[in-house]
Amino acid sequence: MSKNIEAKDLNIYYGSFRAVEGVNMSIKKKTVTALIGPSGCGKSTFLRSINRMHEVIAGAHVEGRLELDGQDLYGPGMDPVIVRRQIGMVFQRPNPFPTMSIYDNVIAGMRLNNKKAKKAEFDDTVERSLRGANLWNEVKDRLDKPGSGLSGGQQQRLCIARAIAVQPDVLLMDEPCSALDPISTLAIEDLINELKNEYTIVIVTHNMQQAARVSDFTGFFNIEGTGKPGKLVEMDETKTIFSQPKQKATEDYVSGRFG
Amino acid sequence: MTTTEVRPEPRTAKPVTQLGDRIFAGSAKGAGILILVVLAGVAAFLLTEAFPAIVAPAEDLPGEQNLLLYIWPLLFGTLLSAVIALVVATPLAVGVALFISHYAPRRIAQGLGYLVDLLAAVPSIVYGLWGVGVLAPASVGLMTWLNTYLGWIPLFAGPVSATGRTMLVTGLVLAVMILPIITAVAREVFLQAPRLHEEAALALGATRWEMIKMAVLPFGRSGLVSGAMLGLGRALGETMAVAIVLSVSGVVTFNLVSSGNPSSIAANIALQFPEASGLGVNVLIASGLVLFVVTLAVNMIARYIVNRRSEFSGAN
Repeated sequence: MSKNIEAKDLNIYYGSFRAVEGVNMSIKKKTVTALIGPSGCGKSTFLRSINRMHEVIAGAHVEGRLELDGQDLYGPGMDPVIVRRQIGMVFQRPNPFPTMSIYDNVIAGMRLNNKKAKKAEFDDTVERSLRGANLWNEVKDRLDKPGSGLSGGQQQRLCIARAIAVQPDVLLMDEPCSALDPISTLAIEDLINELKNEYTIVIVTHNMQQAARVSDFTGFFNIEGTGKPGKLVEMDETKTIFSQPKQKATEDYVSGRFG
Repeated sequence: MTTTEVRPEPRTAKPVTQLGDRIFAGSAKGAGILILVVLAGVAAFLLTEAFPAIVAPAEDLPGEQNLLLYIWPLLFGTLLSAVIALVVATPLAVGVALFISHYAPRRIAQGLGYLVDLLAAVPSIVYGLWGVGVLAPASVGLMTWLNTYLGWIPLFAGPVSATGRTMLVTGLVLAVMILPIITAVAREVFLQAPRLHEEAALALGATRWEMIKMAVLPFGRSGLVSGAMLGLGRALGETMAVAIVLSVSGVVTFNLVSSGNPSSIAANIALQFPEASGLGVNVLIASGLVLFVVTLAVNMIARYIVNRRSEFSGAN
Protein backbone atom coordinates (compact mmCIF):
# COMPACT_ATOMS: atom_id res chain seq x y z
CA MET A 1 0.00 0.00 0.00
CA SER A 2 2.85 2.35 -0.67
CA LYS A 3 3.74 4.20 -3.84
CA ASN A 4 6.47 6.32 -5.43
CA ILE A 5 5.98 9.99 -6.21
CA GLU A 6 7.59 11.64 -9.19
CA ALA A 7 7.50 15.39 -9.85
CA LYS A 8 8.64 16.49 -13.32
CA ASP A 9 9.20 20.19 -14.00
CA LEU A 10 6.42 21.07 -11.61
CA ASN A 11 5.42 24.74 -11.47
CA ILE A 12 2.78 25.75 -8.96
CA TYR A 13 0.73 28.91 -9.40
CA TYR A 14 -1.68 30.91 -7.29
CA GLY A 15 -3.55 32.76 -10.01
CA SER A 16 -0.82 34.34 -12.10
CA PHE A 17 1.74 34.27 -9.28
CA ARG A 18 4.26 31.44 -9.64
CA ALA A 19 4.88 30.19 -6.11
CA VAL A 20 7.10 27.21 -6.91
CA GLU A 21 9.26 26.77 -9.98
CA GLY A 22 10.61 23.74 -11.79
CA VAL A 23 10.61 21.04 -9.14
CA ASN A 24 12.06 17.70 -10.20
CA MET A 25 11.89 15.21 -7.40
CA SER A 26 11.44 11.50 -7.01
CA ILE A 27 10.27 10.14 -3.71
CA LYS A 28 10.76 6.41 -3.18
CA LYS A 29 8.12 4.32 -1.53
CA LYS A 30 8.47 3.37 2.14
CA THR A 31 10.88 6.21 2.84
CA VAL A 32 10.60 9.41 4.83
CA THR A 33 11.41 12.53 2.86
CA ALA A 34 11.84 15.81 4.73
CA LEU A 35 11.36 19.17 3.06
CA ILE A 36 13.25 22.01 4.70
CA GLY A 37 13.83 25.65 3.90
CA PRO A 38 13.05 29.17 5.09
CA SER A 39 9.47 30.41 5.47
CA GLY A 40 7.73 31.23 2.21
CA CYS A 41 10.07 29.08 0.13
CA GLY A 42 7.24 26.97 -1.25
CA LYS A 43 7.84 23.72 0.59
CA SER A 44 4.36 23.63 2.09
CA THR A 45 2.86 24.64 -1.23
CA PHE A 46 4.72 21.78 -2.91
CA LEU A 47 3.54 19.38 -0.19
CA ARG A 48 -0.06 20.47 -0.57
CA SER A 49 0.16 20.16 -4.34
CA ILE A 50 0.89 16.43 -3.91
CA ASN A 51 -2.67 15.79 -2.75
CA ARG A 52 -4.06 18.85 -4.53
CA MET A 53 -4.96 20.52 -1.24
CA HIS A 54 -3.51 23.81 -2.45
CA GLU A 55 -6.50 23.96 -4.78
CA VAL A 56 -8.73 25.06 -1.88
CA ILE A 57 -7.38 28.52 -2.74
CA ALA A 58 -9.20 29.81 -5.80
CA GLY A 59 -6.99 30.14 -8.87
CA ALA A 60 -4.37 27.63 -7.76
CA HIS A 61 -3.07 25.38 -10.53
CA VAL A 62 0.07 23.57 -11.67
CA GLU A 63 2.11 23.05 -14.81
CA GLY A 64 4.22 19.99 -15.34
CA ARG A 65 3.59 16.48 -14.14
CA LEU A 66 3.11 14.88 -10.77
CA GLU A 67 2.87 11.11 -10.82
CA LEU A 68 1.92 8.52 -8.24
CA ASP A 69 3.41 5.25 -9.51
CA GLY A 70 3.05 6.52 -13.05
CA GLN A 71 -0.51 7.77 -12.58
CA ASP A 72 -0.78 11.46 -13.51
CA LEU A 73 -2.36 13.17 -10.48
CA TYR A 74 -3.27 16.21 -12.57
CA GLY A 75 -4.40 14.25 -15.61
CA PRO A 76 -7.62 15.13 -17.38
CA GLY A 77 -10.62 13.74 -15.56
CA MET A 78 -8.62 13.21 -12.37
CA ASP A 79 -10.84 14.21 -9.45
CA PRO A 80 -8.98 15.83 -6.53
CA VAL A 81 -11.32 13.90 -4.23
CA ILE A 82 -9.91 10.61 -5.57
CA VAL A 83 -6.34 11.90 -5.21
CA ARG A 84 -6.94 12.82 -1.58
CA ARG A 85 -8.38 9.42 -0.79
CA GLN A 86 -5.03 7.90 -1.81
CA ILE A 87 -2.82 10.53 -0.22
CA GLY A 88 -3.53 11.33 3.41
CA MET A 89 -2.50 14.49 5.19
CA VAL A 90 -1.66 15.62 8.72
CA PHE A 91 -1.76 19.33 9.40
CA GLN A 92 0.32 21.79 11.37
CA ARG A 93 -2.25 22.19 14.09
CA PRO A 94 -4.15 19.16 15.36
CA ASN A 95 -7.63 19.32 13.85
CA PRO A 96 -9.85 16.49 15.04
CA PHE A 97 -13.50 17.18 14.27
CA PRO A 98 -14.77 18.78 17.50
CA THR A 99 -18.32 17.57 16.98
CA MET A 100 -17.29 13.93 16.71
CA SER A 101 -16.18 11.38 19.28
CA ILE A 102 -12.70 9.82 19.12
CA TYR A 103 -14.24 6.75 17.50
CA ASP A 104 -16.09 8.75 14.85
CA ASN A 105 -13.02 10.84 14.13
CA VAL A 106 -10.99 7.76 13.26
CA ILE A 107 -13.59 6.31 10.91
CA ALA A 108 -14.58 9.67 9.37
CA GLY A 109 -12.64 8.91 6.18
CA MET A 110 -13.78 5.30 6.04
CA ARG A 111 -17.42 6.39 6.27
CA LEU A 112 -16.90 8.41 3.10
CA ASN A 113 -15.58 5.48 1.07
CA ASN A 114 -17.49 2.62 2.52
CA LYS A 115 -20.93 3.57 3.71
CA LYS A 116 -22.19 0.04 4.22
CA ALA A 117 -19.37 -1.28 6.39
CA LYS A 118 -20.48 -3.30 9.39
CA LYS A 119 -19.97 -2.23 12.98
CA ALA A 120 -17.31 -4.90 13.42
CA GLU A 121 -15.32 -3.55 10.47
CA PHE A 122 -15.45 -0.06 11.95
CA ASP A 123 -14.37 -1.43 15.33
CA ASP A 124 -11.42 -3.23 13.73
CA THR A 125 -10.36 -0.13 11.83
CA VAL A 126 -10.57 2.03 14.95
CA GLU A 127 -8.40 -0.34 16.95
CA ARG A 128 -5.89 -0.95 14.14
CA SER A 129 -5.53 2.78 13.38
CA LEU A 130 -5.28 3.87 16.99
CA ARG A 131 -2.72 1.15 17.68
CA GLY A 132 -0.89 2.26 14.53
CA ALA A 133 -0.82 5.79 15.91
CA ASN A 134 0.32 4.63 19.37
CA LEU A 135 -2.81 6.02 20.91
CA TRP A 136 -4.91 2.93 21.61
CA ASN A 137 -3.85 2.37 25.20
CA GLU A 138 -4.48 5.99 26.13
CA VAL A 139 -7.99 6.29 24.70
CA LYS A 140 -9.48 2.80 24.49
CA ASP A 141 -11.73 3.43 27.50
CA ARG A 142 -13.11 6.71 26.23
CA LEU A 143 -13.70 6.22 22.54
CA ASP A 144 -17.10 7.89 22.81
CA LYS A 145 -15.67 11.10 24.28
CA PRO A 146 -14.99 14.12 22.07
CA GLY A 147 -11.60 14.17 20.37
CA SER A 148 -11.12 17.79 21.34
CA GLY A 149 -10.77 16.76 24.99
CA LEU A 150 -7.39 15.13 24.37
CA SER A 151 -4.04 16.84 24.85
CA GLY A 152 -2.39 18.47 21.83
CA GLY A 153 -0.03 15.59 21.23
CA GLN A 154 -2.81 13.04 21.57
CA GLN A 155 -4.98 15.06 19.20
CA GLN A 156 -2.21 15.06 16.62
CA ARG A 157 -1.82 11.27 16.94
CA LEU A 158 -5.60 11.02 16.60
CA CYS A 159 -5.28 12.95 13.33
CA ILE A 160 -2.59 10.52 12.20
CA ALA A 161 -4.88 7.62 13.12
CA ARG A 162 -7.64 9.26 11.10
CA ALA A 163 -5.33 9.65 8.12
CA ILE A 164 -4.06 6.05 8.18
CA ALA A 165 -7.50 4.56 8.84
CA VAL A 166 -8.24 4.72 5.10
CA GLN A 167 -4.89 3.03 4.32
CA PRO A 168 -3.53 5.68 1.99
CA ASP A 169 -0.55 5.17 -0.33
CA VAL A 170 1.21 8.27 0.89
CA LEU A 171 1.13 10.27 4.11
CA LEU A 172 1.87 14.00 3.94
CA MET A 173 2.76 15.89 7.12
CA ASP A 174 2.84 19.67 7.20
CA GLU A 175 4.96 20.63 10.24
CA PRO A 176 3.13 18.06 12.38
CA CYS A 177 5.07 18.88 15.56
CA SER A 178 5.30 22.65 15.45
CA ALA A 179 2.40 23.07 17.90
CA LEU A 180 3.56 20.31 20.28
CA ASP A 181 5.81 20.05 23.32
CA PRO A 182 9.10 18.06 23.12
CA ILE A 183 7.68 14.87 24.67
CA SER A 184 4.75 14.78 22.25
CA THR A 185 7.15 15.59 19.42
CA LEU A 186 9.26 12.58 20.34
CA ALA A 187 6.16 10.38 20.33
CA ILE A 188 5.26 11.56 16.83
CA GLU A 189 8.81 11.06 15.58
CA ASP A 190 8.86 7.49 16.90
CA LEU A 191 5.57 6.97 15.16
CA ILE A 192 6.94 8.26 11.86
CA ASN A 193 9.75 5.71 12.13
CA GLU A 194 7.20 2.91 12.49
CA LEU A 195 4.85 4.22 9.83
CA LYS A 196 7.49 4.24 7.12
CA ASN A 197 7.37 0.45 7.06
CA GLU A 198 3.97 0.77 5.44
CA TYR A 199 3.67 4.23 3.96
CA THR A 200 5.56 6.72 1.87
CA ILE A 201 5.95 9.76 4.08
CA VAL A 202 6.70 13.34 3.11
CA ILE A 203 7.17 15.78 5.98
CA VAL A 204 7.67 19.53 6.01
CA THR A 205 9.59 20.74 9.03
CA HIS A 206 11.30 23.87 10.28
CA ASN A 207 13.24 21.83 12.79
CA MET A 208 16.47 20.62 11.20
CA GLN A 209 17.27 18.24 14.02
CA GLN A 210 13.91 16.68 13.37
CA ALA A 211 14.65 16.34 9.67
CA ALA A 212 17.97 14.72 10.53
CA ARG A 213 16.33 12.35 13.03
CA VAL A 214 13.36 11.09 11.08
CA SER A 215 14.09 11.31 7.37
CA ASP A 216 15.94 9.17 4.85
CA PHE A 217 16.01 11.89 2.21
CA THR A 218 15.93 15.65 2.52
CA GLY A 219 14.97 18.29 0.00
CA PHE A 220 16.08 21.89 0.55
CA PHE A 221 13.85 24.62 -0.87
CA ASN A 222 14.94 28.23 -1.12
CA ILE A 223 13.72 31.55 -2.43
CA GLU A 224 15.80 34.32 -3.95
CA GLY A 225 13.67 37.16 -2.68
CA THR A 226 10.10 38.20 -2.00
CA GLY A 227 7.90 37.85 -5.06
CA LYS A 228 10.24 35.30 -6.61
CA PRO A 229 9.19 31.66 -6.91
CA GLY A 230 10.57 29.05 -4.53
CA LYS A 231 12.87 26.40 -5.94
CA LEU A 232 14.12 22.99 -4.96
CA VAL A 233 17.83 23.72 -4.48
CA GLU A 234 19.06 20.28 -3.63
CA MET A 235 17.79 16.86 -2.71
CA ASP A 236 19.83 13.96 -1.46
CA GLU A 237 20.15 11.44 1.31
CA THR A 238 19.65 13.16 4.63
CA LYS A 239 23.14 12.45 5.93
CA THR A 240 24.66 13.88 2.74
CA ILE A 241 22.56 17.05 2.98
CA PHE A 242 23.61 17.60 6.56
CA SER A 243 27.29 16.64 6.19
CA GLN A 244 28.47 17.47 2.68
CA PRO A 245 25.82 19.26 0.62
CA LYS A 246 26.74 20.14 -2.94
CA GLN A 247 25.26 23.62 -2.89
CA LYS A 248 26.60 26.52 -0.87
CA ALA A 249 23.05 27.70 -0.04
CA THR A 250 22.20 24.33 1.48
CA GLU A 251 25.33 24.30 3.58
CA ASP A 252 24.63 27.81 4.84
CA TYR A 253 21.08 26.90 5.75
CA VAL A 254 21.72 23.62 7.55
CA SER A 255 24.62 25.11 9.47
CA GLY A 256 22.64 28.20 10.41
CA ARG A 257 24.67 30.67 8.35
CA PHE A 258 22.01 31.68 5.88
CA GLY A 259 20.87 35.16 5.09
CA MET B 1 3.79 24.33 67.98
CA THR B 2 4.31 27.99 67.74
CA THR B 3 2.27 30.08 65.51
CA THR B 4 3.08 33.64 64.98
CA GLU B 5 0.05 35.58 64.21
CA VAL B 6 0.54 37.41 60.98
CA ARG B 7 -1.72 40.35 60.64
CA PRO B 8 -2.62 40.96 57.06
CA GLU B 9 -1.42 44.23 55.71
CA PRO B 10 -4.25 46.69 55.39
CA ARG B 11 -5.06 46.57 51.72
CA THR B 12 -7.06 48.80 49.52
CA ALA B 13 -10.51 47.37 49.08
CA LYS B 14 -10.45 47.40 45.30
CA PRO B 15 -7.71 46.64 42.82
CA VAL B 16 -6.62 49.63 40.82
CA THR B 17 -8.58 49.94 37.60
CA GLN B 18 -8.48 52.35 34.75
CA LEU B 19 -11.28 54.85 34.41
CA GLY B 20 -12.11 53.53 30.93
CA ASP B 21 -12.46 49.99 32.29
CA ARG B 22 -14.81 51.17 35.02
CA ILE B 23 -16.97 53.11 32.59
CA PHE B 24 -17.17 50.15 30.24
CA ALA B 25 -17.90 47.65 33.00
CA GLY B 26 -20.55 49.94 34.43
CA SER B 27 -22.31 50.56 31.13
CA ALA B 28 -22.22 46.86 30.21
CA LYS B 29 -23.70 45.95 33.57
CA GLY B 30 -26.30 48.69 33.18
CA ALA B 31 -27.32 47.41 29.77
CA GLY B 32 -27.65 43.88 31.13
CA ILE B 33 -29.80 45.04 34.02
CA LEU B 34 -31.92 47.19 31.71
CA ILE B 35 -32.89 44.09 29.70
CA LEU B 36 -34.06 42.37 32.85
CA VAL B 37 -35.98 45.44 33.99
CA VAL B 38 -37.77 45.75 30.63
CA LEU B 39 -38.62 42.05 30.60
CA ALA B 40 -39.88 42.20 34.19
CA GLY B 41 -41.88 45.32 33.36
CA VAL B 42 -43.57 43.65 30.40
CA ALA B 43 -44.34 40.55 32.44
CA ALA B 44 -45.73 42.64 35.30
CA PHE B 45 -47.94 44.66 32.95
CA LEU B 46 -49.30 41.53 31.28
CA LEU B 47 -49.97 39.82 34.61
CA THR B 48 -51.77 42.77 36.26
CA GLU B 49 -53.85 43.57 33.20
CA ALA B 50 -54.69 39.92 32.51
CA PHE B 51 -55.61 39.22 36.13
CA PRO B 52 -59.21 40.53 35.99
CA ALA B 53 -59.92 38.29 32.99
CA ILE B 54 -58.42 35.27 34.71
CA VAL B 55 -60.47 35.60 37.88
CA ALA B 56 -63.74 36.72 36.23
CA PRO B 57 -66.48 34.08 35.93
CA ALA B 58 -67.04 32.77 32.41
CA GLU B 59 -70.47 34.38 31.97
CA ASP B 60 -69.02 37.88 32.50
CA LEU B 61 -66.54 37.50 29.66
CA PRO B 62 -67.39 38.63 26.14
CA GLY B 63 -68.84 35.68 24.23
CA GLU B 64 -69.72 34.14 27.59
CA GLN B 65 -67.16 31.42 27.35
CA ASN B 66 -64.30 30.19 29.45
CA LEU B 67 -61.08 32.15 29.02
CA LEU B 68 -59.09 29.02 28.13
CA LEU B 69 -61.66 28.03 25.52
CA TYR B 70 -61.34 31.51 24.05
CA ILE B 71 -57.54 31.50 23.89
CA TRP B 72 -56.99 27.87 22.86
CA PRO B 73 -58.00 28.21 19.15
CA LEU B 74 -55.90 31.37 18.91
CA LEU B 75 -52.89 29.64 20.44
CA PHE B 76 -53.41 26.70 18.12
CA GLY B 77 -53.56 28.98 15.07
CA THR B 78 -50.46 30.85 16.22
CA LEU B 79 -48.43 27.68 16.67
CA LEU B 80 -49.69 26.04 13.47
CA SER B 81 -48.89 29.01 11.22
CA ALA B 82 -45.50 29.49 12.87
CA VAL B 83 -44.58 25.82 12.57
CA ILE B 84 -45.54 25.76 8.89
CA ALA B 85 -43.37 28.82 8.36
CA LEU B 86 -40.45 27.26 10.21
CA VAL B 87 -40.70 23.92 8.41
CA VAL B 88 -40.74 25.64 5.02
CA ALA B 89 -38.19 28.35 5.75
CA THR B 90 -35.45 26.51 7.63
CA PRO B 91 -34.31 24.05 4.91
CA LEU B 92 -34.55 26.83 2.34
CA ALA B 93 -32.53 29.18 4.53
CA VAL B 94 -29.84 26.55 5.09
CA GLY B 95 -29.64 25.98 1.35
CA VAL B 96 -29.38 29.68 0.53
CA ALA B 97 -26.85 30.25 3.32
CA LEU B 98 -24.68 27.34 2.18
CA PHE B 99 -24.82 28.56 -1.39
CA ILE B 100 -23.68 32.01 -0.30
CA SER B 101 -21.00 30.76 2.09
CA HIS B 102 -19.56 27.77 0.25
CA TYR B 103 -20.72 27.47 -3.35
CA ALA B 104 -21.24 30.83 -5.02
CA PRO B 105 -18.30 32.75 -6.48
CA ARG B 106 -17.38 35.58 -4.16
CA ARG B 107 -18.89 38.40 -6.21
CA ILE B 108 -22.25 36.69 -6.63
CA ALA B 109 -22.23 35.66 -2.98
CA GLN B 110 -21.87 39.25 -1.81
CA GLY B 111 -24.69 40.46 -4.02
CA LEU B 112 -26.94 37.66 -2.86
CA GLY B 113 -26.09 38.41 0.75
CA TYR B 114 -27.18 42.04 0.35
CA LEU B 115 -30.34 40.93 -1.40
CA VAL B 116 -31.28 38.60 1.46
CA ASP B 117 -30.62 41.36 3.99
CA LEU B 118 -32.82 43.64 1.93
CA LEU B 119 -35.67 41.12 2.14
CA ALA B 120 -35.52 41.46 5.92
CA ALA B 121 -36.10 45.19 5.60
CA VAL B 122 -39.46 44.84 3.79
CA PRO B 123 -42.26 45.86 6.21
CA SER B 124 -44.57 43.05 7.22
CA ILE B 125 -47.65 44.88 5.96
CA VAL B 126 -46.17 44.67 2.46
CA TYR B 127 -45.78 40.92 2.81
CA GLY B 128 -49.38 40.77 4.00
CA LEU B 129 -50.64 42.69 0.97
CA TRP B 130 -48.54 40.52 -1.33
CA GLY B 131 -49.93 37.43 0.38
CA VAL B 132 -53.56 38.38 0.00
CA GLY B 133 -53.22 40.07 -3.39
CA VAL B 134 -50.86 37.73 -5.21
CA LEU B 135 -49.98 34.54 -3.40
CA ALA B 136 -53.47 33.64 -2.18
CA PRO B 137 -55.20 33.71 -5.61
CA ALA B 138 -52.17 32.14 -7.26
CA SER B 139 -52.06 29.21 -4.87
CA VAL B 140 -55.68 28.11 -5.27
CA GLY B 141 -54.61 25.83 -8.12
CA LEU B 142 -51.85 24.27 -6.04
CA MET B 143 -54.17 23.71 -3.12
CA THR B 144 -56.81 22.14 -5.36
CA TRP B 145 -54.13 19.79 -6.66
CA LEU B 146 -53.02 18.93 -3.11
CA ASN B 147 -56.63 18.28 -2.13
CA THR B 148 -57.30 16.09 -5.19
CA TYR B 149 -54.22 13.88 -4.92
CA LEU B 150 -53.20 14.12 -1.28
CA GLY B 151 -56.67 14.71 0.17
CA TRP B 152 -56.39 11.54 2.27
CA ILE B 153 -53.87 13.40 4.44
CA PRO B 154 -55.93 15.39 6.98
CA LEU B 155 -53.78 18.46 6.26
CA PHE B 156 -55.25 18.75 2.77
CA ALA B 157 -58.76 17.44 3.45
CA GLY B 158 -60.50 20.51 2.02
CA PRO B 159 -62.95 21.74 0.92
CA VAL B 160 -60.53 24.09 -0.80
CA SER B 161 -61.01 27.78 -0.12
CA ALA B 162 -62.01 29.73 -3.24
CA THR B 163 -60.11 32.84 -2.17
CA GLY B 164 -56.91 31.06 -1.15
CA ARG B 165 -56.84 32.86 2.19
CA THR B 166 -55.90 29.68 4.04
CA MET B 167 -53.60 28.56 6.80
CA LEU B 168 -51.19 27.15 4.23
CA VAL B 169 -50.84 30.47 2.42
CA THR B 170 -50.45 32.29 5.75
CA GLY B 171 -47.69 29.87 6.70
CA LEU B 172 -45.96 30.44 3.36
CA VAL B 173 -46.14 34.24 3.73
CA LEU B 174 -44.66 33.90 7.21
CA ALA B 175 -41.99 31.59 5.80
CA VAL B 176 -40.95 34.24 3.28
CA MET B 177 -40.87 36.79 6.08
CA ILE B 178 -38.63 34.78 8.38
CA LEU B 179 -36.41 33.42 5.60
CA PRO B 180 -34.01 36.41 5.59
CA ILE B 181 -33.31 36.36 9.31
CA ILE B 182 -32.64 32.62 9.43
CA THR B 183 -30.52 32.88 6.29
CA ALA B 184 -28.50 35.78 7.65
CA VAL B 185 -27.72 33.98 10.91
CA ALA B 186 -26.99 30.67 9.16
CA ARG B 187 -24.68 32.38 6.66
CA GLU B 188 -22.67 33.99 9.43
CA VAL B 189 -22.18 30.76 11.38
CA PHE B 190 -21.34 28.77 8.24
CA LEU B 191 -18.72 31.34 7.29
CA GLN B 192 -17.15 30.91 10.71
CA ALA B 193 -16.67 27.17 10.33
CA PRO B 194 -12.94 26.71 11.02
CA ARG B 195 -10.80 26.44 7.92
CA LEU B 196 -8.76 23.82 9.76
CA HIS B 197 -11.69 21.42 10.02
CA GLU B 198 -12.85 22.01 6.48
CA GLU B 199 -9.36 21.13 5.25
CA ALA B 200 -9.29 18.07 7.49
CA ALA B 201 -12.42 16.79 5.80
CA LEU B 202 -11.19 17.63 2.30
CA ALA B 203 -7.85 15.92 2.97
CA LEU B 204 -9.75 12.74 3.83
CA GLY B 205 -11.20 12.79 0.35
CA ALA B 206 -14.53 14.40 1.15
CA THR B 207 -16.46 16.04 -1.66
CA ARG B 208 -17.65 19.55 -1.01
CA TRP B 209 -21.03 18.36 0.22
CA GLU B 210 -19.42 15.71 2.43
CA MET B 211 -17.09 18.35 3.82
CA ILE B 212 -20.11 20.51 4.64
CA LYS B 213 -21.78 17.59 6.39
CA MET B 214 -18.63 16.75 8.39
CA ALA B 215 -17.26 20.15 9.29
CA VAL B 216 -19.68 22.97 8.55
CA LEU B 217 -23.15 21.81 9.57
CA PRO B 218 -22.14 20.26 12.92
CA PHE B 219 -20.19 23.39 13.74
CA GLY B 220 -23.09 25.65 12.77
CA ARG B 221 -25.80 23.59 14.41
CA SER B 222 -26.26 25.65 17.56
CA GLY B 223 -26.13 28.90 15.63
CA LEU B 224 -28.65 27.53 13.19
CA VAL B 225 -31.02 26.60 16.01
CA SER B 226 -30.67 30.13 17.38
CA GLY B 227 -31.45 31.57 13.96
CA ALA B 228 -34.47 29.33 13.56
CA MET B 229 -35.71 30.39 16.99
CA LEU B 230 -35.35 34.05 16.07
CA GLY B 231 -37.41 33.29 12.97
CA LEU B 232 -39.95 31.32 14.98
CA GLY B 233 -40.24 34.20 17.43
CA ARG B 234 -41.00 36.56 14.59
CA ALA B 235 -43.54 34.15 13.08
CA LEU B 236 -45.27 33.66 16.43
CA GLY B 237 -45.63 37.38 17.00
CA GLU B 238 -46.41 38.40 13.43
CA THR B 239 -49.58 40.43 13.35
CA MET B 240 -50.37 42.24 10.14
CA ALA B 241 -49.60 39.53 7.61
CA VAL B 242 -51.78 37.03 9.43
CA ALA B 243 -54.55 39.54 10.05
CA ILE B 244 -54.72 40.45 6.37
CA VAL B 245 -54.27 37.06 4.78
CA LEU B 246 -56.07 34.55 6.96
CA SER B 247 -59.79 33.99 6.69
CA VAL B 248 -60.90 33.20 10.22
CA SER B 249 -63.74 31.15 11.67
CA GLY B 250 -62.27 30.13 15.00
CA VAL B 251 -62.31 26.36 14.50
CA VAL B 252 -59.40 24.24 15.66
CA THR B 253 -58.34 22.16 12.67
CA PHE B 254 -55.25 20.82 10.98
CA ASN B 255 -56.96 21.33 7.63
CA LEU B 256 -54.60 23.76 5.90
CA VAL B 257 -56.49 24.43 2.68
CA SER B 258 -60.04 25.27 3.78
CA SER B 259 -61.56 28.67 4.46
CA GLY B 260 -62.29 27.89 8.12
CA ASN B 261 -59.21 28.64 10.21
CA PRO B 262 -58.27 29.57 13.73
CA SER B 263 -56.82 33.07 14.00
CA SER B 264 -53.52 33.78 15.72
CA ILE B 265 -53.15 35.53 19.06
CA ALA B 266 -51.37 38.60 17.70
CA ALA B 267 -53.71 39.03 14.71
CA ASN B 268 -56.73 38.56 16.94
CA ILE B 269 -55.54 41.27 19.33
CA ALA B 270 -54.96 43.66 16.46
CA LEU B 271 -58.38 43.00 14.95
CA GLN B 272 -60.39 43.01 18.20
CA PHE B 273 -58.66 45.70 20.20
CA PRO B 274 -60.33 48.76 18.61
CA GLU B 275 -63.78 47.48 19.57
CA ALA B 276 -62.88 45.94 22.90
CA SER B 277 -63.84 47.52 26.21
CA GLY B 278 -63.87 46.62 29.87
CA LEU B 279 -63.15 42.96 30.49
CA GLY B 280 -62.69 42.43 26.74
CA VAL B 281 -59.42 44.32 26.91
CA ASN B 282 -58.27 42.17 29.82
CA VAL B 283 -59.13 39.03 27.87
CA LEU B 284 -57.03 40.19 24.93
CA ILE B 285 -54.13 41.00 27.23
CA ALA B 286 -54.47 37.57 28.83
CA SER B 287 -54.05 36.04 25.38
CA GLY B 288 -50.98 38.25 24.96
CA LEU B 289 -49.64 36.83 28.21
CA VAL B 290 -50.03 33.33 26.79
CA LEU B 291 -48.09 34.37 23.68
CA PHE B 292 -45.36 35.83 25.89
CA VAL B 293 -45.08 32.60 27.87
CA VAL B 294 -45.04 30.46 24.72
CA THR B 295 -42.29 32.52 23.11
CA LEU B 296 -40.25 32.34 26.30
CA ALA B 297 -40.76 28.57 26.50
CA VAL B 298 -39.75 28.09 22.86
CA ASN B 299 -36.53 29.96 23.45
CA MET B 300 -35.73 28.01 26.60
CA ILE B 301 -36.34 24.68 24.86
CA ALA B 302 -34.05 25.77 22.04
CA ARG B 303 -31.35 26.68 24.55
CA TYR B 304 -31.74 23.29 26.16
CA ILE B 305 -31.38 21.50 22.82
CA VAL B 306 -28.26 23.47 21.98
CA ASN B 307 -26.66 22.92 25.39
CA ARG B 308 -27.38 19.21 25.57
CA ARG B 309 -24.44 18.39 23.34
CA SER B 310 -22.25 21.33 24.28
CA GLU B 311 -19.44 18.88 25.08
CA PHE B 312 -19.17 18.24 21.36
CA SER B 313 -19.65 21.85 20.27
CA GLY B 314 -15.98 22.54 19.72
CA ALA B 315 -16.04 25.38 22.18
CA ASN B 316 -13.53 23.68 24.44
